[in-house]
This record gives sequence, C-alpha cells and structure tokens, in this order.
Amino acid sequence: MRTGSVLLASSRRWLLALTICATVPCAHAEEAPGLDFGRGKLLLTGGVASIDGAAGGGLVPWAVTAGYATEGEFGGAAHVTRLKTQDYALTTFGVAVSISDRFEASLARQQLDAGSVIPGTTLKLDILGVKWRLAGDAVLESDSWLPQLALGAEWKHLDPGSSVAPILAGVGAKTSGIDLYVSATKLFLGPGLLVNATLRATRANQNGLLGFGSSEHNGYQLQPEFSVALLLRRSVAVGLEYRTKPDHLAFAGDAYREQDWADAFIAWAPNKRVSLTAAWVELGNIVGRAHQRGPYLSAQLTF
Amino acid sequence: MKCHLRSIVCVLLLAGFARGAGADPTVVSNSALYDALGGNPGIAALVETFTARLVSDPRSAPMFQDVDLAKLKTRLREQFCEVSGGPCVYKGKDMETAHAGVDITKAHFNAVVEMLQDAMDGERVAFRDQNRLLARLAPMHRQIVNSAPGRSH
Repeated sequence: MRTGSVLLASSRRWLLALTICATVPCAHAEEAPGLDFGRGKLLLTGGVASIDGAAGGGLVPWAVTAGYATEGEFGGAAHVTRLKTQDYALTTFGVAVSISDRFEASLARQQLDAGSVIPGTTLKLDILGVKWRLAGDAVLESDSWLPQLALGAEWKHLDPGSSVAPILAGVGAKTSGIDLYVSATKLFLGPGLLVNATLRATRANQNGLLGFGSSEHNGYQLQPEFSVALLLRRSVAVGLEYRTKPDHLAFAGDAYREQDWADAFIAWAPNKRVSLTAAWVELGNIVGRAHQRGPYLSAQLTF
Repeated sequence: MKCHLRSIVCVLLLAGFARGAGADPTVVSNSALYDALGGNPGIAALVETFTARLVSDPRSAPMFQDVDLAKLKTRLREQFCEVSGGPCVYKGKDMETAHAGVDITKAHFNAVVEMLQDAMDGERVAFRDQNRLLARLAPMHRQIVNSAPGRSH
C-alpha cells in the first residue's frame, strides 16, 4: 500500500511536469484553470497498459487514452507488467498521462531477461509514446458505427548490452526507431463488445528488443493488429489480441525468424484506482528459441 | 402427464401465434427490453432508485436542488418506457432544452450513467439488459452535454 502511494505521489509530480510541458507552448492561457484531476470516464474504458506503455490491450495500443480523465480533466496511470516464457522474462513498467481524453503521453521501460540464452544479458528498451485522439467516442456513440480514432507514435531506444550489440551491428540493426500507428476502437455498448484495429508502421525487430531494420530490409512495413474484448460485467473484460510483425532479420538465419504475437486476457477493475490483467501470451520464435509462450500479469494504478 | 405436457405446448404455440399474427413483429421484438425491465412496475421501481441516487450523490445533487421530483420521475418513467419499446410516449421537453439551465460536462453525464448502472444493479436488472438500455440512452449525450471545462466557450 505504501509503495502504491509513493508511486502515486511521484506520478503526480511527473504528471504536473508533463502537463506543464504539454499545455504551455500550444494552449490558450484561459484553458489551464478549467482542467483538474478527474475520473469522469466509465470503468475500464481507458483500457489497460500495453507493453509499450500506451493505453490499450496488453499487446495492442487502442484509440482510448490512459486512465479515467474525460473532457476537461487530466489523469493517467502507472503500471508494472511481467511476462514469463520458457526461456525469457519480460518486465515492463511505466507511466502514462492523459489530458482531456484528447492527448496521451507515456514513458515505459521493457527489460528482457535473456540470461538463459546469452548469460548475463538483459535487453533494455525505453519507449516514449504520444497519442492524439483525432475523432469519435468509443463508448457513448452507440447508435453509430463510427469508431474512436487516434494517431500515435512510439519512439524506442534499445540498450542491447555488450554481448548483443555486436550481433545487432553484424546484421545492420539500429538501436533506435519510431513506430507510427493509427487505432480505431469501438465499443458496441448493447452486446458489450469492444473491437479495435490498429495499423502500425514499423521497422522494429521483435518490437525493438532486437533493434530496428537490418542491412537487408531497412524500410517501414505496415502491420495490422487486432483486439476484441467482451465485457462480462462492468468490472471484468475478457479478450483476444493478435499483432502481426515484420521479419527483417530472417535473412540472418532461422534463429532470427520473427513471428506474430497473440494473447488471451482477462482484465479486472474492482474500482477506478486499480486494475489487474492476466493473460496467456504466444510470442513464437525468439532468437533460436521456438514457441515462446507463457503467463502475463499486469497491475495498473490510475491517478 | 402426457396430456399435461401437450396442453402446455399447445398454449405456448397459441401464445406464439397470437403474438406473431396480432402485432407488428418489429414491435414485438422491440418491447423485449421493456419486458426485461419488468414493464411499467419494474421501470417505476428503477426510476425511484435512480432518482434517489441523483439527489443524494454529490456529483449530481446540486443540479437537482430546485427540480420538481415528482415531475422528473414521471418524465423518466415515460422516457425509459418509450426507449425500451414499451407502450408510452415521452411528453417532456427535448433533451437539449431540458438540460439548458445547467452546465453539464461529459464527466457529469458519465457520473449519471454510473448512477443508473448502480440503480439497475440494485433492481437486479441483468447486465446485458443494462447495456441494451444504456445503448439507447447514451447517444443523448450529444444533446445533454453542453459544457466542456478547459475549452473556451
């Protein structure tokens, strides 16, 4: 509980700093006083934290903004996620802030413990994300087919460590890159069914954990990603996700072959302060280790 | 026993025919939600629970200080009955006019959605029926939400 409040307190400072940065240069002076901390969105409609830090499902960013701030409010969320496969363990933590359900900024760090494959190796990936809601309301426009639309960018920087750096240099992969995506999210309120489609322009290898591009394929590729979620109750959603990925390192040998990612999840938000997500994730081949799969657990605090 | 079963089946079939033949089939299927809400008595009970929350919850109470509660309940009963496919007509003002006197943000609107959800939980309305009613009410946010703090008017 104490960790929670410390986290909360530090996220509030973060939020203040980010809000000042985000609003001062472009906003009108009279706008600031109207904004306040708020939790005006409906339960679970801010999604959960994706592994890249943006609000969405577990693997796919959605068009919703993090936390519960609706129009005229600001808020956000902090998360910790742990994913364990047979040969790897991924830990992600981060914070996201949202302003007026319009703009989201997120910061996340992924740490992939690859020690059982390359002893002593942990890959560190930092991700700065921004998301702009372009149009629509995923929840309340229940007589319309129009989804909520958002445009997002994720700037990723990899610290591959001393063992992996020469390997990536050998295949011509860079250590930083930018993903751009557009997401469309729609909750069919009557049946309680949420559908999301995301189109991502990326050249990341394994989400950036193996760098970006290669000497053979350096261009951006468009990758579709999908989520469906069914609300079982106000506080519980179950769903499936599928994320297609490029395969820019395949020329270097079968070991580097990359496969699509998928997961099945259940998310539970007992209240608007906390949510827990459990999932089963399929990651496929990762650096010579086939059929990587395992449990995923994520906790999110909102502020 | 056999005879018993046969007569039950017979009555059900007849009831089915009567429903199918007597009325417009779309009206029959449209009133499913009205029936699920318990018809007029169910909706009246729901409106009682809902208005009790509206006047006591700090997020909405200030807006209902000078409101004629009996009239509000009548209008809500009519409205819920009509949108759920029941045999009623809403006789109140349109949603924009009805809410023109107060500043209503999206946060206010969602807070009232939550109070209605709580009221439906209290009246044991099944979750999928709750969502079906909300789906018919939610688009009214376009007429009801009339204020956006942080945005200059």
